[in-house]
Amino acid sequence: MILVVMEQHAGAWHKMSWETLAGGQQLGKAMGEPVAAAVLGEGIGALAAELARKALDKVYAIEHAQLALYNADGYTAALAALIGQLQPTLVLFPHTYQVRDFGPKLATRLDRLLLSDVVRVMPGPVFVRQLFQGKLNADVRPTTAAPHLVSLQAGAYRADTLVAGTAPIETITPALEASRQQPEAPFRESSRAVDLTAADLIVSVGRGIKEADNLPLVEELAKALGAELAASRPICDNGWLPMERQVGSSGQTVAPKVYLAVGISGAIQHLVGMKGAKAIVAINKDPHAPIFEVADYGLVGDLFEIVPALTEEIRKAKA
Amino acid sequence: MKIIVAIKQVPARDSQLRLNSAAKWIDEEDLTFEINEPDAYALEEALQLKEKQGAGEVIALCLGPERAGSTLREALAKGADRAIHIVCAHPETLDPLAIANLLAGAIRTESPDLVLTGLQSDDLGSGQTGVIVAELLGSSHATNIMEVLLQADAIRVKRELEDGWFQYIQMPLPAVLTIQSGLNRLRYATLMGIKKAKTKEMRIIEAETLGGQAASLDRIYPPDRQKQTQMLTGTAKEQAVQLVEKLRFEMRVL
Repeated sequence: MILVVMEQHAGAWHKMSWETLAGGQQLGKAMGEPVAAAVLGEGIGALAAELARKALDKVYAIEHAQLALYNADGYTAALAALIGQLQPTLVLFPHTYQVRDFGPKLATRLDRLLLSDVVRVMPGPVFVRQLFQGKLNADVRPTTAAPHLVSLQAGAYRADTLVAGTAPIETITPALEASRQQPEAPFRESSRAVDLTAADLIVSVGRGIKEADNLPLVEELAKALGAELAASRPICDNGWLPMERQVGSSGQTVAPKVYLAVGISGAIQHLVGMKGAKAIVAINKDPHAPIFEVADYGLVGDLFEIVPALTEEIRKAKA
Repeated sequence: MKIIVAIKQVPARDSQLRLNSAAKWIDEEDLTFEINEPDAYALEEALQLKEKQGAGEVIALCLGPERAGSTLREALAKGADRAIHIVCAHPETLDPLAIANLLAGAIRTESPDLVLTGLQSDDLGSGQTGVIVAELLGSSHATNIMEVLLQADAIRVKRELEDGWFQYIQMPLPAVLTIQSGLNRLRYATLMGIKKAKTKEMRIIEAETLGGQAASLDRIYPPDRQKQTQMLTGTAKEQAVQLVEKLRFEMRVL
């Protein structure tokens, strides 16, 4: 059996869950294994019913008051019991922040290793992971017996390939001890003054800019183009630009007509926030930077020469 | 309060990576190495927590080959009180569970109140070590931490969720936290600190060879391109002129 562990927050699905479920269906077909899905929480009847309308062999609804708000202790105990009972061949998770919080703990509890952030599953099974922030791939082969626990990177499978159907629901109330983590309700910092999601044009700057003093260079480019200024995480970490201008998994997810990435190497945490752009232009000195794998247009060279030249040419074109 | 910070030494960020002849790892010759970035923030947080309390001890812990000793020296120069180096010539052959087992073994002998580490490494990027260590130690944990507030026998931490969301979590000590980059401002080592570091204790432990591995790395290779990228070549000005053409006639935004 292939078990897919779905993720929900306050009754809303994490959208990567659907990609993982689609991956489960495809692998189930390829491996000739039944496919089941599990959802955890409190009052999750409607979510389980929605899952039951997909082509699955079984839906497990794991209901408990202590699972109302995510906590690592509760999720680990509940899933360890389910996996122990079902003995699946493969357990798939979306590689979300939440799975990163409990997945390694769960695997250790089961005397297994989580193969994390996997981009592809090949026969064997062999799992493809990225190393060095996406600069290299690695083929990793589990050497322990099943179950293999695997978290899938965003985009590894497409949610639109999901097959509809019907599946029986089994509701389980696990025996849980009190969790050591006392979670409070999630919150958002004061409303965002900058909404990058509505921008048509974005000029985004990364580590390649080297110093805060060099930022006017890209600010001028953004101004000339009439674009919003954005940044990758390290620029905001350094306090060079406010956090609200950050694009990526912890920042905003944008889909402009043009995303111009200046000095951004393209770690996956950044790519997930911008790969939906209609056109991606990358300026980077390293021809092997992962950003060029998603770029439509690439300019390899010194941004300190290219950016001022580009600003000037844009001004001329607009004059 | 006794705090252990687990840090890793990784190739410097701008390194040009080449595969080694067996295509099992990178060729490490000619590379320079530095502290894994999120681990630098974890170290800084540990030092600040000690300073806030006015007492306590910060121990830097690193698993790596001989060369990793320089990263531990740097941690001592920044203010860590002592260091533990688990010497392992080829840590890249170990999976996260094996690495966590070795770290947990060293941590157990110290019985710290708090263990901090970066949320992931820039080389392997498994993002698992801290969480596995917590489970092996039987400690509570939280990941992606942006703020640490000490209370009597507990801690309250701010966890970064996705898409601009955050959450506070309270848990008892001892605990393991994985630290997100950007939660503090990193300090530089002072000359005085560098001088003092030479007199600080650095305990060396030889990594026991572990029989069981849960996964093997078969080969590494450059990823294939997902997209056909049009490369614009020439001088900076020539590249700029071509891009303006594309912005105007292909992307249609000028």
